[in-house]
Amino acid sequence: MHGRPRKASKPEDEAASAAKAVKLRSLQSQFMTYHHEKIYTKEAIELSTKLLEINPEAYTAWNYRKLAVEDSLSRIGPDPNLVKPILDEELRVVENALKQNFKSYGAWHHRKWVLSKGHSSTGNELKLLDKFQKLDSRNFHAWNYRRFVVELTNRSEQDELQYTDDMINNNFSNYSAWHNRSVLLSSLLANRADGFMPEKRIPDEFEIVHQAIFTDPDDQSGWFYHLWLLDQTVNVESPLLTSSWPSHGSSVILSGAGCLNGPPSNVTTFCSETGSFPLILYFDQAVGGVSPLTVTIDSELKGNENLVWEPISNKSSQVSCVWVARLKYFSSQPCGSKDHKVKVRLGNSPGIVSSRGYNFSAPYEFVFTVHVQDTAEDSHSQESIVSWTDGFELWDAQSKDLNSLFTLDQLNNGIDLKWRQAAIDSEIECFRLLADSKIGKLTLARLLMASEAMTLDAAVKGVYYEEILQLYNDLMALDSSHHQYYKNEHSVAFLHKVTSSSESLSRHLFRYRDMNNLVCLRLNKLSLSRIASVEKLLFVQMLDLSHNELHSTEGLEAMQLLSCLNLSHNRIRSFSALDSLRHVKQLKVLDVSHNHIGKHSVDTTRYLCSSPLSNSDWSQDGVRGQNPGLVTKYWDAYFVLRDLNLKQLDIAGNEIADDEFSSFVLQVVPKLVWLNGQKPGN
Amino acid sequence: MSDLPPYPPLDPSNYDLIVVGTGVSESVSAAAASSSGSSVLHLDPNPFYGSHFAALSLPDLTSFLHSNSVSPPPSSPPIPPSNSHELISVDLVHRSLYSSVEISSFDSEILEEHSRRFNVDLCGPRVVFCADESINLMLKSGANNYVEFKSIEASFVGDSSGELRNVPDSRAAIFKSKSLTLLEKNLLMKFFKLVQSQLAKSDDDTTTVKISEEDMESPFVDFLTKMRLPPNIKSIILYAIAMLDYDQDNMETCRHLLKTKEGIDRLALYIKSMGRFSNALGALIYPIYGQGELPQAFCRRAAVKGCVYVLRMPITALLLDKETGGYKGVRLASGQEIFSQKLILDPCINVGLESLSSLTDQQNETLRVLVPKAMINKEKIARGICVIRGSVKSDVSNALIVYPPKSLFPEQLTAIRVLQLGSGLAVCPADMHVLYFSTLCKNDDQGIKALLSAMGNLIRLPVPESDSVVENVTCEAKPLLLWRALYVQELVKGEFGGVISSMPSPDENLNYKETVESAVKLYEQIMGSEELFKEETSLENTTEENEGGVEIDEN
Repeated sequence: MHGRPRKASKPEDEAASAAKAVKLRSLQSQFMTYHHEKIYTKEAIELSTKLLEINPEAYTAWNYRKLAVEDSLSRIGPDPNLVKPILDEELRVVENALKQNFKSYGAWHHRKWVLSKGHSSTGNELKLLDKFQKLDSRNFHAWNYRRFVVELTNRSEQDELQYTDDMINNNFSNYSAWHNRSVLLSSLLANRADGFMPEKRIPDEFEIVHQAIFTDPDDQSGWFYHLWLLDQTVNVESPLLTSSWPSHGSSVILSGAGCLNGPPSNVTTFCSETGSFPLILYFDQAVGGVSPLTVTIDSELKGNENLVWEPISNKSSQVSCVWVARLKYFSSQPCGSKDHKVKVRLGNSPGIVSSRGYNFSAPYEFVFTVHVQDTAEDSHSQESIVSWTDGFELWDAQSKDLNSLFTLDQLNNGIDLKWRQAAIDSEIECFRLLADSKIGKLTLARLLMASEAMTLDAAVKGVYYEEILQLYNDLMALDSSHHQYYKNEHSVAFLHKVTSSSESLSRHLFRYRDMNNLVCLRLNKLSLSRIASVEKLLFVQMLDLSHNELHSTEGLEAMQLLSCLNLSHNRIRSFSALDSLRHVKQLKVLDVSHNHIGKHSVDTTRYLCSSPLSNSDWSQDGVRGQNPGLVTKYWDAYFVLRDLNLKQLDIAGNEIADDEFSSFVLQVVPKLVWLNGQKPGN
Repeated sequence: MSDLPPYPPLDPSNYDLIVVGTGVSESVSAAAASSSGSSVLHLDPNPFYGSHFAALSLPDLTSFLHSNSVSPPPSSPPIPPSNSHELISVDLVHRSLYSSVEISSFDSEILEEHSRRFNVDLCGPRVVFCADESINLMLKSGANNYVEFKSIEASFVGDSSGELRNVPDSRAAIFKSKSLTLLEKNLLMKFFKLVQSQLAKSDDDTTTVKISEEDMESPFVDFLTKMRLPPNIKSIILYAIAMLDYDQDNMETCRHLLKTKEGIDRLALYIKSMGRFSNALGALIYPIYGQGELPQAFCRRAAVKGCVYVLRMPITALLLDKETGGYKGVRLASGQEIFSQKLILDPCINVGLESLSSLTDQQNETLRVLVPKAMINKEKIARGICVIRGSVKSDVSNALIVYPPKSLFPEQLTAIRVLQLGSGLAVCPADMHVLYFSTLCKNDDQGIKALLSAMGNLIRLPVPESDSVVENVTCEAKPLLLWRALYVQELVKGEFGGVISSMPSPDENLNYKETVESAVKLYEQIMGSEELFKEETSLENTTEENEGGVEIDEN
């Protein structure tokens, strides 16, 4: 059924199909009359049979038949001897329709409906399926129906697994068979059925799929199965806490709105106008159920008994990798300069559940110290412009306190990594042999990344990154049509490399003198096209991503401490691409100059952004009331900027940045102090 | 043969073409000539169709091999005086194709019981490739209506260890293979793809990888090395897919060093064969009831078109024009003289050397192709047939096994091919199999030695009953030998001689490609450049339902 060239139709075929159309039309109109008048006589039903034999796609006719069956069943009562012939006739009609077109959704669905009535023998169904699947072994309708029948007949999953074996041996280019295999194995492995232990079975499956990938590296059906296996190897079922801010054992100086003068340089200083600081939990997969019930906080800081935990996600769902709660530190009575210990415990009571339904099961706790400091009001510092060119001091690479800023994957301890590492190691060895093909290189790069993610031993950590980067460079040169994908993966690998050790990270870390020695990470001029490893950068307050190739800020939403962000000279095409920044409440300074905003129309399919049509709270909005025309014109900018508390914004060098837009920005962000390096109104 | 019942004289006695012998080449010619409207008389001295391509019962095969292995005493029936003064008759002699014939039966009782249930090929091991020219000819002529085929289920490569490994000849077979490493699978499939793209390429298509002209002219074995294929895979490609005979790595003994171009052609035939018929399991098929069905199908086609058939009718002499020396006709064993424009003869028919001396130059020229050639330093083919109880590989009935050169013993110069066939093909009783062996050789001893080595690798020889207890312990599950024939066959090429032409003997190949191609070429030379079976289209409904059979039709 596959790989056959389409033939141009001959004149006689066209004549035949015209004659068929005439016949169909008359059948169809007669049928519709019966249907509308609810006529279920023998003659009327036979007409629908005729119609479906010619055109199995006539789904109204299938629905009509369901009604007709229900009608006759209601009249004959529950006697199985009378019910069965009626249903058997339906099965016969479906079979004939499938002979005509065995990709007819309506026909397969009707068959399921009949079978669900429970009066028909299911034994025939598998035989019928074998026939169909012999004719077209990849037909997903047949595979779907097969799963339905298997469930109905309680045929064992092992038997079905054997069936996929046979089909794959026959022709391994069978996406449906590989897919069904992954479905069956998932279930067998989850139930720990006889001999189906992941540590044994997954390596065996790798062995099978190797045969396909090595025999024909260009055949994609095996790739998908390999990816699935890799996923099974790398991902642990239960969600894990990857990192937090503040991290375990760290100290944080908290101060009021004015910010401090001259704080000690070796700890993070956090200033807030609202008298609260974010507590960030970063999980390895999206989870729900983070709440005061599941996360306990022991602290001398008052007023944090009923914390509100907020999922930080662009999607409005209640699951996210990142959860934030805001802890208050200004209580009514002045507490002066004082250290407070905060102990966070999670996993002691169930409730944190991954989106795939697995519980956060390993109890975990961490402790950090906060140092609350009274501050003298100093309004001047707020007004000064952040230049991004000077005022940076290199991080003291020798300083030991970097370790306390971010947690190195020590949270994964205690997971059974042994077989997983062994499996990945043997995969790496295997795919080094196939490194002359594109899929071989790509798979090797993915495997090396997976290996890095699993390695805990600091001595060998990071050894693969150079090779990974080289592989993606090769792939970019070899396969230009997927250049952007490889570029993105290259960026991810690069960022993993940077964050893999405190030593490599410290090369990019600075203190920004002019603003209380903010912790600044400079990742400029690295041709990054994607952001990654954010979970290790939660402490960063100032981020320079200028002169890269970024298209969006996706991922930065987790960086709740971020107050200054430089995205100048990137490839941002619209404000919608900055949507994730709406979650970064601390953000004061944003530079998006020299991007492509306004050059292209907004691709609304790409970003899940609010649409101007769906928003009901517009009418209450002041700016919209004043200037509805501009809001409609700049709706993407409007929705992002309105939620930010920016003091400084640079948009020069974008198509959009004309006088009209500047004045619109000032309406939306009235508190703006600097626009494009100028004080507005000057 | 003189005690044959007297035949009624043939009428008419004048034909466009007389064909003697009902081998594949002769039968194709007879069918082609009949269908183009020529009057044809087709004779065979034997009581069966097929000549050296026949499938026979064990006793018939035995007597045929024996009677064709020794030169019969010069039968010199008194030549009746020719009733015309213009004709001179030249006596014909029979050349024997076979030597070193040795037939042994190890269980005569059982074989006696079933003796008529065997259809054993004289020209084995032989199969039909689905994309073979013989299939095309059958389709073109309509001969396909008279033959049914079944698939050869598997092919294996063997070695002295006795282990039989599947030949990875398709994507699925490479995928499933247990004996190849991942890298070998990768390299082999890559090579197949290269061959396929080479076959699919068109001249203006510059995007696909092509094999360079230089590579095409270089030895195939070197090209395989250049493609980084390891020795075991090279050997599979050369001997189990391209079906070569000579050791391509041994320059001294290799009589035919294959060029890449030819190698690609051979692989192309195999690859095309794999995909030709959707209900065939692989590249190779075999006619039910044996190879004898093939020539017979062409004969039946010829008969439908008016060809006259007479079996059990040897010819004894050729009739030449006294003055011009040109060919006029033949004298039958019955004494009747039959005349024709042209004559096609079986390879066994020769002119006696003693009669040549008395002839004129012109007469000699007419008989040129019938003069026996000196057979010095010519290769022969050693063939063997074994009837066994059981199968050489459990759960496989019809299978091809190839032993590449040097795989059985160091001095093995040529590949040995083995074909096992079962009762599903109606060639033997149910619990038995027939095994065919062949290998090229320089002399009889060398060939027989090689065959015996392959037989020893696959089969258990019966031992005297007293040892049977020991035997059960030492011998593994090798099948038991019941009957064996060993013989060495000469390889005679066909020759075009203007009016009289001689057809080739069965060749050393596994398939009919060269046989049929040379038959077609000869026919075109003999009858002018007419296209064979041009007006034939097989509109008749093809083969009936045939469980597990292969339906041959054009699609």
